[in-house]
Parts: sequence; C-alpha cells; structure tokens
Amino acid sequence: MSFIAVIDYGMGNLRSVSQAVQHVSNDDTTIMITADQSVIQEADRIVFPGQGAARDCMRALKKHNLVDVVLDAANTKPFLGICMGMQVLMDHSEENGGVDCLGKYAGNVRYFSKTATPTASNERIKIPQMGWNQIYHKTDHPLWAGIPNNARFYFVHSYYVTPDDDRITTGETEHGLRYTSALAQDNVFAIQAHPEKSADDGLRLLKNFTRWNGSD
Amino acid sequence: MALAKRIIPCLDVANGRVVKGVNFVDIRDAGDPVEVAARYNREGADEITFLDITASSDNRETILHVVEDVASQVFIPLTVGGGVRKVEDVRNMLNAGADKVAINTAAVFNPDLVKEASEYFGSQCIVVAIDAKQVSTEGEPLAWNIFTHGGRKDAEIDALEWAKKMEDYGAGELLVTSMDKDGTKTGFNLALTKAISDAVNIPVIASGGVGNLQHLADGVLKGGADAVLAASIFHFAEYTVGEAKQYMADQGIEIRL
Repeated sequence: MSFIAVIDYGMGNLRSVSQAVQHVSNDDTTIMITADQSVIQEADRIVFPGQGAARDCMRALKKHNLVDVVLDAANTKPFLGICMGMQVLMDHSEENGGVDCLGKYAGNVRYFSKTATPTASNERIKIPQMGWNQIYHKTDHPLWAGIPNNARFYFVHSYYVTPDDDRITTGETEHGLRYTSALAQDNVFAIQAHPEKSADDGLRLLKNFTRWNGSD
Repeated sequence: MALAKRIIPCLDVANGRVVKGVNFVDIRDAGDPVEVAARYNREGADEITFLDITASSDNRETILHVVEDVASQVFIPLTVGGGVRKVEDVRNMLNAGADKVAINTAAVFNPDLVKEASEYFGSQCIVVAIDAKQVSTEGEPLAWNIFTHGGRKDAEIDALEWAKKMEDYGAGELLVTSMDKDGTKTGFNLALTKAISDAVNIPVIASGGVGNLQHLADGVLKGGADAVLAASIFHFAEYTVGEAKQYMADQGIEIRL
C-alpha cells in the first residue's frame, strides 16, 4: 500500500501527471490530486508539478497555504518536482520582473537568451523551447535506471534553473547553452521536462519514482 | 545535443471517430481515435494533433471525450483544434487532457482571446493556427493574407504582421497552413514558412501540402520549420511515422528516433 499526493495549487491541469503515475503504479497505489495539507503530510511520496508563470505559482502556493507543507515534504520524503515545480524550489526567478521562490536550493531561474545559437548548428534558438531534447546524465541516480543516457524528453519552457551548487545537477540539456535540466539531492528529484508526456522513457522515470526510497 | 524537429500526425475527428477525407469530400471512417493515436505513438510520433472537423456545438462534448480517452493511454503531447471560440473552450480542452489548444478563426475575429487565454493558461498551451493564401501577383514581392472559412474569405490581414502580432499576444507556437498548398501533395509553401519562421521567435509548425517524405525534410531544411504536420500520408499508410523520421534523420535533421 502506497500513497502518492500530486499537489494541486491551481496551476495547470494535473490530470496527465496523475494518469501517467497511475499507469505505471501497482494496483495497491493510491494517487490523489490534492491541496489539503493533512493529505500531503500523510502521503508517502509527493509529485509537485506546475506550469504558467513563477509569480502566479508563488501566489497560488501562498493562497492555498502550501508553502510550509511543500517545503516540509521536500525535506522529508520522496519528492518529484516537474517543470515549474522544479523552478520554484530555487531562491529566486527572473520571471515577471523578479520573484522570490521557495528557497529550498540556492540559485536563480533565468530566461533563455534570444541571441543564443545552438553549438551544433547556426540556427537561432526559439523560445519557448518546445519539443524533445536530450538529457545527459551528469551523475547516476536511481531515477535514471533503465533510461539511456541522452534519451529525449519533452520540454516546454522559457526559463531554466542555475543552482549555485553544481553538485546537485544530475541532468543537463542544451538549448543555446548547457543548463541544469534535472537536479537531485537526498529525497528530492526535480526535472524541467515533462516525464508524463515523454513516452516510454518518461513513464520509466515515473515508475522509478514510485519505487524510490528517497536516497541516492 | 539539441532540440529535435518534431513530426506531428494530424487526425481529423468527426463525431468521435477518425475520418479520412480528401478535401472533406468522400469522408471515410478510419477508426477509433485511441487506436490510431496509440499506433502513431508506437511509430514514434512526437506529438499528435486532433482537428475537430465537425466543430458544431452539438459535438463539442464528443471531441472532449476523444481527448480524455486518448490522454489516459497515450503519453505524448496532444494538441486539439477546431471551433475554439472562447476561453471556456480552451479550459474544457485542457481539462480533458489536451496539452495545447489551437485557435484559428476566433483569433482573427477576436485577437484578445489569444491574449486572455495565454495569460490565463500560459503561452505554452496556446497555438495560433494561421491559414494564409498568397495575394501578391507575379512580379510583385511575395505577400500572403490571412483567410478564414476554410480559405474562402480574405480577412485582409498580412500574414507576417499577423504572426508577429500573435507572438506579442502570447501565442506559444504558430501552426502555419498554406491554403494554396493544402491538399495538393506538392509540398509545403516553403517561402511562406520561411518568412514566418524568420519573423518570429516562437516555434513554427509547417502544414499543408505534404505528399512525400522529401516535403517533410524540406519544411525543416528550406522552410526553417521547428515541426512538420501531415495528415494524409500517414492516414493512408503511404508512410509510417517511423519511416518519415528515419528519412529526415538521414538528411542530417535532428530527430528523436
């Protein structure tokens, strides 16, 4: 019996995330989309998604009184941040003229440069980055199990995280520059891509998460 | 290591079924949307687009069920278009499991819909579909206007200006269809695709006119498209999505294989 909470703070449709987690879970796993503090506290594992703008996400977390309970979960149990759910773990985001975030990790969230060009070609990069890009496994991690190095995941974003401590970077991707597309420390794993939309490799990552004990 | 160009099969949906039709004439049933989507997913489609070709209000519920059914079993991005008129339509499609919603005619009559929807739901899920037709004559510099009503009505808006405006209004992506080329199987309108792709900073999907695999490759190599959309070459099983991807990769295009 396992209980996974998908945190719902009103930022985006969480159905695809929960359906994908359900798809890879055993029958005895319960998945709940919730904004209820006590439910989040009781859960064995946390999925923390999010989309939209940083300012709106932080506002919504505060409005739902979820800041402390999310940070507490990120300190104590297997925790998977996805997309904006990764970005708001940082100190600060450049989006919307500057937004203070949850501050679980020291570092900033930056905008892709419109003038950057990929190293592989002379093409201009497009923003948002929309589509399938590769994730290089900078470090080993239980959530990478069975996923080939440099496998492609589906990304949609205009901002990327820059953690001060590069030892927490576990995955890197290139879009005009090489950036941290996955980070991991202790019981937290966070990824900029959408595993729930990344076909077999994404489902594999979610499956690994449902079995992960929260240590690396 | 770089972002891959996408191949997007487009499914025309009428009354909850996938239909094959040439210019909407002689529409034939082509199966269950979940089965067709699952097959394209297995073949390696990077994304799937549903176009609700009935798009009458009676049938709005039906397309939502199609999206729900597919989204529960196929874990790649889904785009839905056809008949989106209000923010409420966008919300319903996203709630049903669509990742992106394409807004077409409604954007022309009410550009603020694009602004409102992208501010509310985020640019990442708002695709503006641009149906353009050449209006310049021979000897003149190339120019295209936006057309509505399936290409019959000139909205008298310059396509490049419109593309830039939609980017400003918060579109996350543009789906550019040449009404001159659509259904001809003679390839994308590369000049149009290139002109729009150069004019904006957001991704551009080329659409309309694909008849063979070289056309798909040209959309990227000559048209500068970030993604290519095709319907009939995949529907009629002339080529699989996998064959198309391999062909493009062989031409040096960055592809997810």
